[in-house]
Amino acid sequence: MRPLLKIISLIGLLVTIIPSFLVFTGVITLDNNKLLMVLGTILWFSTAPFWMNKKV
Amino acid sequence: MAQAKLTEQLDSVEEFEREPVPESKIKSWKSFLGMYAGEHTAGTEFVIGPLFVAHGASASDIIWGLLIGNMLAVLSWAFLTGPIAVKERVTLYYLLEKISGKKLTTVYNLVNALMFCFLAGSMIAVSATAVGIPFGLAMPTLNDWLPNSIGWIVAVVAVGAVTTIVAMFGYNLVSKFANIAAPWMILVFLASAIAVLPELGVHSLSDFWARANDTIWTGTPLEGQSQFTFWHIMFFAWFANMAMHIGMADLSILRYAKKWYYGFNSGAGMFVGHYMAWMASGILYALFLKETSFSTEFAPGPVAYRAAGIAGALTVIIAGWTTANPTIYRAGLALQAIRPEWKTWKVTLVVGLITTLASIFPALVMKLLNFVALYGLILMPMGAVIIMDEYIIPKLKLSQKYAETFNKSFNLAAAVAWGVTLLFSIWLNLTFGVEVFFLGLPGWFVAAALYIVTSYFVQKNKIKGGIK
Repeated sequence: MRPLLKIISLIGLLVTIIPSFLVFTGVITLDNNKLLMVLGTILWFSTAPFWMNKKV
Repeated sequence: MAQAKLTEQLDSVEEFEREPVPESKIKSWKSFLGMYAGEHTAGTEFVIGPLFVAHGASASDIIWGLLIGNMLAVLSWAFLTGPIAVKERVTLYYLLEKISGKKLTTVYNLVNALMFCFLAGSMIAVSATAVGIPFGLAMPTLNDWLPNSIGWIVAVVAVGAVTTIVAMFGYNLVSKFANIAAPWMILVFLASAIAVLPELGVHSLSDFWARANDTIWTGTPLEGQSQFTFWHIMFFAWFANMAMHIGMADLSILRYAKKWYYGFNSGAGMFVGHYMAWMASGILYALFLKETSFSTEFAPGPVAYRAAGIAGALTVIIAGWTTANPTIYRAGLALQAIRPEWKTWKVTLVVGLITTLASIFPALVMKLLNFVALYGLILMPMGAVIIMDEYIIPKLKLSQKYAETFNKSFNLAAAVAWGVTLLFSIWLNLTFGVEVFFLGLPGWFVAAALYIVTSYFVQKNKIKGGIK
């Protein structure tokens, strides 16, 4: 379960940062970027607390 | 039942105010990395970056000033704060009590707590600018000192209440919260700046330097704002946390470190928060100025929301929390050092109330650069006293920890070092017009010299190593 949560968290971070480069290169619009950043935020905060700060 | 359980849980918050941190409570280097990265990627970064733009810093001032200033800050944490923190493993306040005595430390703690309250207040105010977005809150302007609406007061009180409740549960919760939020927050800062670059005329990397100079950091201050230079940026970056490194407030944090060199972890905070985030927030503000024809409205929430939508507004709120929390915690420690029998959570509650009251005034945000420099300056002399007491006083065959050694409640040498240094700084400011950003460096040497000389006269009739 823990590795899966970590993967989802990582995807959350990637979805937060990568679209901004796509806006910069003109691939997507700023509004689409904002939506993707919200998705990334949800993915991160719904998974990270379950594995960060926890001892293995 | 639930109330009794909650009170029991709060009472159990143990922060080792008057004893060295035990081996079992030592934290890993990762804990400090998260703490520093989270704490220095904060709500105030959304203010400081834009204020550099408003003060007319040029692009090269920003790039070089921040690089050198932040490096000096990291070195200060690593070589000044870290070694003393792991050697003594006590809070700044307890160490100061051993050196300066109970009476002087009480005065220092009150001043310190008040400064921390104001600082945390500015962070809460920044968060409130984001909380107010859905309610169409009238935002303050660069020239506002007083609250401009009831809505503003309601927003800051709401944010202040939540921040205080989280801080009441102690360092562990604060650290965990900062750890979780930090990576996401850092990426939102970076992403929001990258995404708006095309709107500032940057369509490729080769465009950046030209637009940085003519559109973002133009070198021309806004009307009514003073002109900043490389030296302003460098000294501000170095001394923005002067109270914490040179002033030794972070003894309270780094006493949990296993090794002295964990102080280098502050680099995560400096180069992410005080380099990347200050530049990123400056970029967002430059876009705001361009779109509003240089409006004087100054509200980080809407600026971040414009660039990154809901994630941007959330970042402003959470960034405010992750800094306000440890700042309120530090202020609580300062007050608790006066009366150790007070419960940590009760002290934190009082501190939170004062902080929230302070945050109602937008002046804390608009004059943040001056306030940050001033609070570092006011607290810095005691850091010089601690350094001299640790390294120079024994070499002169004088006794360290004067108050503890001679069972005194007041150390005249520390009082003279503190008071005269501040008078000297005021004199430099009033007579020669030296700005507050530049007073810390000469002030440190004056404080150090005063403490050594006065200690000699205070201790010359006493037997070294007398009463233990």
